[in-house]
Amino acid sequence: MASLKELRNRIASVKATQKITKAMQMVAAAKLRRAQTAAEAARPYAERMDAILANIASKVAGQAGAPALLGGTGKDDVHLLLVCTAERGLCGAFNSSIARLARERANALLAAGKTVKIVCVGRKGYDILRRTFAKNIIDVIDLRTVRTLGYENAQEIAQKVVARYEAGEFDICTLFYSRFKSVIAQIPTAQQIIPPQLPEVKAEAAAGTNTPVYEYEPEEDEILAELLPTNLATQVFRALLENAASEQGARMSSMDSATRNAGEMIKKQTITYNRTRQAMITKELIEIISGAEAL
Amino acid sequence: MATFKLELVSPAKLLFSGEVDEVIVPGAEGEFTVLPMHAPVVSTLRPGILIVKAGGNVTRLYVRGGFAEVNEKGLTILAEDATAVEDVNMTEFAASVSAYEAKLASASSDEARFKMAETLFQLKAVQAQLGGGTHAAH
Repeated sequence: MASLKELRNRIASVKATQKITKAMQMVAAAKLRRAQTAAEAARPYAERMDAILANIASKVAGQAGAPALLGGTGKDDVHLLLVCTAERGLCGAFNSSIARLARERANALLAAGKTVKIVCVGRKGYDILRRTFAKNIIDVIDLRTVRTLGYENAQEIAQKVVARYEAGEFDICTLFYSRFKSVIAQIPTAQQIIPPQLPEVKAEAAAGTNTPVYEYEPEEDEILAELLPTNLATQVFRALLENAASEQGARMSSMDSATRNAGEMIKKQTITYNRTRQAMITKELIEIISGAEAL
Repeated sequence: MATFKLELVSPAKLLFSGEVDEVIVPGAEGEFTVLPMHAPVVSTLRPGILIVKAGGNVTRLYVRGGFAEVNEKGLTILAEDATAVEDVNMTEFAASVSAYEAKLASASSDEARFKMAETLFQLKAVQAQLGGGTHAAH
């Protein structure tokens, strides 16, 4: 049986841990609110961008000489997986679930005889994936120094991806991130961004008969040449923002359960502590009484 | 007077949404004015000044490039960045111009250099316009 002092120390240390997890939970809650607003504020731009792109793409699709960013290279031999994770841990299964999805995809592709290249955005994903795919990882983009996520960060990543694409390093690019559904539900998602999967059919069906005839200024292909990289940056930006919100949500709920667990542990240990204390008092009393009787 | 709907969005947020009378858009191939019932058009933007007229108020915004779409619902502008002309920080702007100049000097291909020179020229034009604007205000 542990001594009273030991028990007291143990309770104190759990209490200290509980204070930390509680603080982390509150910080995550505050950050979550901000991340959520940012993710929501970015939505209109991405939606309009999708609409314009779908519109132009449906016009250019099928024509010869469509930009490679839109139509693809016509092969699917080399896949680039752009895995976006957090820079920090202690957020439940957030990082590992994204990494698991990416790993499953990579394994499936490798089994099918394709070449897989991985670009990690965020340290945590790299830490997990390098165990199995060390030689597939071609780049790691560290966002640790970034305090508030801006469009520039996404633009930078997109430029790197486009440069690799233009150098013919891969055929298909898939983006992995976690979609923010609610504080307790984040869905790891894989989205193909090169060539983009457009809501073409839907857009046409919705537009129905009165599809407006647009004038293009400059020509469609020139607009596309500018629009496609921008669209890529927008997609990455959206993924990063969704990820940021998901990360805080995951951290909040995992820290909440950690705080609760610590509370339970404290309760149990306090009971043990009290029992031990009472047992010692009883023992001392018995000793005194039996000592007095012996006289 | 008839009005139409203008939506100005940047990647970070929806900057403006409302009814306006007239918008002058700095298109890549020249400025154009959008009035109600304008024909559908999609255009890229160059760095320039977007002029919005709504109910007698004139707002001037600096945009750094992006896209404009006119359809039957109104005008949508996807700007990479938009700031009210009064709020543009001239020293920062000058810094971005010289940064761009440095980038131009290190451009790899002639084609890229030509494009960048064009953008730089537009940036400088905006700078001159903005500089003139602030002087006139004093």
